[in-house]
Amino acid sequence: MKSRRFDHVLLLVGLLLFWQLLYLVVGPNVLSSPWVTVARAAALLQTKAFWGHIASTGEGFALASIISVVAGVLLGLGLGLHRFSGDVADPMLGTLYSIPKITLYPIILLIFGLGLSAKVAFGVIHGIFPIAIFTMNAVRNVSPVYYRTARIMRLSPGSTVATMMLPAALPEILTGVRIGIALTLLGTLIGELFASTSGLGFALIRATDVHAVADIMAITMLLFVFAASVNGLIQLIEQRMRHNG
Amino acid sequence: MMRWRFSRVGLVRTILIFGALAGLEILCRVGIIDRVTMIPPTEMVAALWNILETGQFNQDIVFTACNVLVASVLAVVLGFFIGAGLHALPRVRRPIEPLMSAYYAVPTFVFYPLLIVAFGVGRTALIVMGAMFGVVAMVVNTMLGLDHVPPVIAKTASILRLDPLRQLLLIRLPAAGPHLVTGIKLSVAYSVIGIVAGEFILATAGIGKRVSYAYDNFDNKTMYGMLLLLLLLIMIVNGILSAWEKRLHRRYGQR
Repeated sequence: MKSRRFDHVLLLVGLLLFWQLLYLVVGPNVLSSPWVTVARAAALLQTKAFWGHIASTGEGFALASIISVVAGVLLGLGLGLHRFSGDVADPMLGTLYSIPKITLYPIILLIFGLGLSAKVAFGVIHGIFPIAIFTMNAVRNVSPVYYRTARIMRLSPGSTVATMMLPAALPEILTGVRIGIALTLLGTLIGELFASTSGLGFALIRATDVHAVADIMAITMLLFVFAASVNGLIQLIEQRMRHNG
Repeated sequence: MMRWRFSRVGLVRTILIFGALAGLEILCRVGIIDRVTMIPPTEMVAALWNILETGQFNQDIVFTACNVLVASVLAVVLGFFIGAGLHALPRVRRPIEPLMSAYYAVPTFVFYPLLIVAFGVGRTALIVMGAMFGVVAMVVNTMLGLDHVPPVIAKTASILRLDPLRQLLLIRLPAAGPHLVTGIKLSVAYSVIGIVAGEFILATAGIGKRVSYAYDNFDNKTMYGMLLLLLLLIMIVNGILSAWEKRLHRRYGQR
């Protein structure tokens, strides 16, 4: 355990060193040094406007996540339980999942205009398909023995789903939800980059327009920390639920 | 029986897709969806046909295709060797792995403006962007693939006294095949995203550039035509790589 922590520290030092060296090579027009970036991030975090951007991103991300998870799980459950519909939808969902959603940005913009709805829509089209696909496969992979047991116990369809199928499929569904939420975050941020008037993505694109290198680096670093924490948190929840399940 | 079921699934799917397209067509024609938002699907196809027939954007199409090719090759080759290196150094790998899983949750192309400052507007910045976006998928899948190489095969390699590089290229690379193809597929997809996103933001040529230019000028015919072309190209490449992936998985699954 101790050596593992030591490795983490070593890696962090290595990354900072690499960053600093790269900075020395390419110069302040392209990168800001680690120290300047951290200082800039700290300064940004003390301004009220920046917290407004964070709140705006958080709102879009939360809405998009809720829609992705609820709609994705319901869609996946339906398609998983009805085999024929699942067979019909399977390759279609796969194709939709594999389309680089960024190519759709002009269409989303034309439909939703600038603002909250566009970035939520962007988040949802990123997140909903992996969640639906994972849920569908999870339901399909539930062992037939369980279904027979449920039949023997004469469970109603409702309680079969609630007491047998959902718990059996939950771990795989959670994996889908984790991937889906990470992609929803990406989608929301992309939406903000191209189609928004507030939020971290918007702050980033504005910093880009005036070429404020330290701002770009600081916001990117904060975004990375935020995304990594969200990812880590969901992974933690996933592990917890697996242990209990 | 099986065959009949399969074709019925296919039939329903086809009806569903064409039904959706027909519905969209009607909504657009009747005017419920206005022309500023979307043009009818048949007009999109006509616009695409017109673009291909006149050859007006051939240069842009070739520009994007070449950039994607170079960026994907870079991402795959670099990703493989970085992945193999990290696989050999578990102490470095362990702390780095969570960073990699967070990598695709951040829009990496926010670095694109910085790349423009470093390399100027043009090919190089786009290719570096695409490779940067694609490389991590390859690294992750290379490590996964090498994790799944059966120990017997690794032992055979050391019995044959191969040097590390040959062990990697002659024994482990083929044994990790299916995962590597998955890595290649994802790498190509991410390279496309990186490059097209870059072209959307700022570029001198390319499919993405044409789309964003048409968007800015309310030229919906060109925009939807080019978007359709882009989506078709992506689906074809993805389809080919997926078929290859499936074949490898089946072959290795039987072993």
